[in-house]
Amino acid sequence: MNEAQGAGILRICDVHKSYGANRVLSGVSLDVPKGQVVAILGRSGCGKSTLLRCVNHLEEPTSGRIYLDQVLIGGREDKGLVRRMNQNDIARQRRQIGMVFQSFNLFPHMTALQNIIAAPVAVLGHPPEQASDEARALLDRVGLQGKASAYPGRLSGGQQQRVAIARALAMKPEVMLFDEPTSSLDPEMTQEVLQVITSLAAEGMTMLVVTHEMRFARHVAHRVVLMHGGKIAEDAGPTEFFDAALGDAARAFRGIGAGS
Amino acid sequence: MNWSWSSFWDFLLSPYLLRGAWTTVWLTVAAMSIGLLVGSAAALMKMAANPLLRWVASFYIWLWRATPLLVQLVILYTGLPQIGIRLNVVECALIGFGLNEAAYLAELIRAGIRSIDRGQVEAAKALGMNFAKTMRIVVLPQAARVIVPPLGNQFNGMLKISSLASVVTMQELLRSAQQLAQLEFRVLEAYVAAAVYYIALTTLWGEIQRRIEAALDRPFRVS
Repeated sequence: MNEAQGAGILRICDVHKSYGANRVLSGVSLDVPKGQVVAILGRSGCGKSTLLRCVNHLEEPTSGRIYLDQVLIGGREDKGLVRRMNQNDIARQRRQIGMVFQSFNLFPHMTALQNIIAAPVAVLGHPPEQASDEARALLDRVGLQGKASAYPGRLSGGQQQRVAIARALAMKPEVMLFDEPTSSLDPEMTQEVLQVITSLAAEGMTMLVVTHEMRFARHVAHRVVLMHGGKIAEDAGPTEFFDAALGDAARAFRGIGAGS
Repeated sequence: MNWSWSSFWDFLLSPYLLRGAWTTVWLTVAAMSIGLLVGSAAALMKMAANPLLRWVASFYIWLWRATPLLVQLVILYTGLPQIGIRLNVVECALIGFGLNEAAYLAELIRAGIRSIDRGQVEAAKALGMNFAKTMRIVVLPQAARVIVPPLGNQFNGMLKISSLASVVTMQELLRSAQQLAQLEFRVLEAYVAAAVYYIALTTLWGEIQRRIEAALDRPFRVS
């Protein structure tokens, strides 16, 4: 499954991240071809969320480079050195990278529809009419037709997360990042949200999904990456990862993970 | 008892006092607007990464809150001409009240911005919004809900403290009442009439504030 080397739409090259003396990522490299769904597993504190946040530069890597479509994220290459980009240029790059958060982070003062059109209108300059039509189509797609004028406070957690996915999709991103999208949801709502993510996978969206959902990793992901101590401990197709005898870390992790 | 109802009603209904009340209203609105603009800038500067910006904002807030408004007004109006800076009455009042208010509002606005969850800013950034758009579209509208109740207090206070402008001869409500009082030597009636105007204005503002708060709360109402 992970045959592409150096040709990925998203390339993470030797990324390190430290907070003072605390090393969170120590040399992570990952090459993700277009359309691939990567499930990132690992215990809390292994650096998986930090890795995701480095991809859209919510965190600045201490060293290492990340490329989307051959373009360096968060910096400019100048004679082999990386120069820091200004905030407006980083903001422009983030348009191509959608992100979904564990805590949804919908804007509570806006309706579902307003949440979805806010960035297309304000950032891409789309006319509100057109953005609203697209937003309604997205709400249909995530199974929330009729919720356009609902405020987030009136929606269930699963509904909020689906609006958040629609909001990210409205920017027509090249890559979607999911940071534990179902970790604050009960099992029923988890299924609603995973269904939406699964349908995105079927449509060929490139995705990095940090998750604890073993069934999702096994049946939907094309590739399973296990992180341990700020490094990639295993990187395999789901079948090999879950069935074959792999490294100690994966064995140990499968032992404590869901038995699926 | 020496109280003349007819003088009281004359004062209350006189166009002269009404004009003074109108001056009080627009002075309050203008000073609060200046205070909000300058105060927002000072709040953002005080939260900036750049230490020079933070220092400038802190110094400004410290200086304006360390001196009485009345002292600031007389420095502007009667002090500055000595070094060749002549401001007219309206300029003095707007600068004095506006900049003084800004120093207080800066701290209110800063507290409001800080009350917004970090996840909101991250979501806005992840959608490609730059700092200005993140503030305008996501942070400030939510901070407004936190800021409006204390801001309303400030507005109420400004309606009344604007009477200090009478010291720099601004023709607002109190000064109009003073002149009416001198005209007919009906001091109590004139000042009570002015007090009635202040009561009406602050009460009216209380109702306006209630409606603004309700509008800002609407998205957050559970049922």
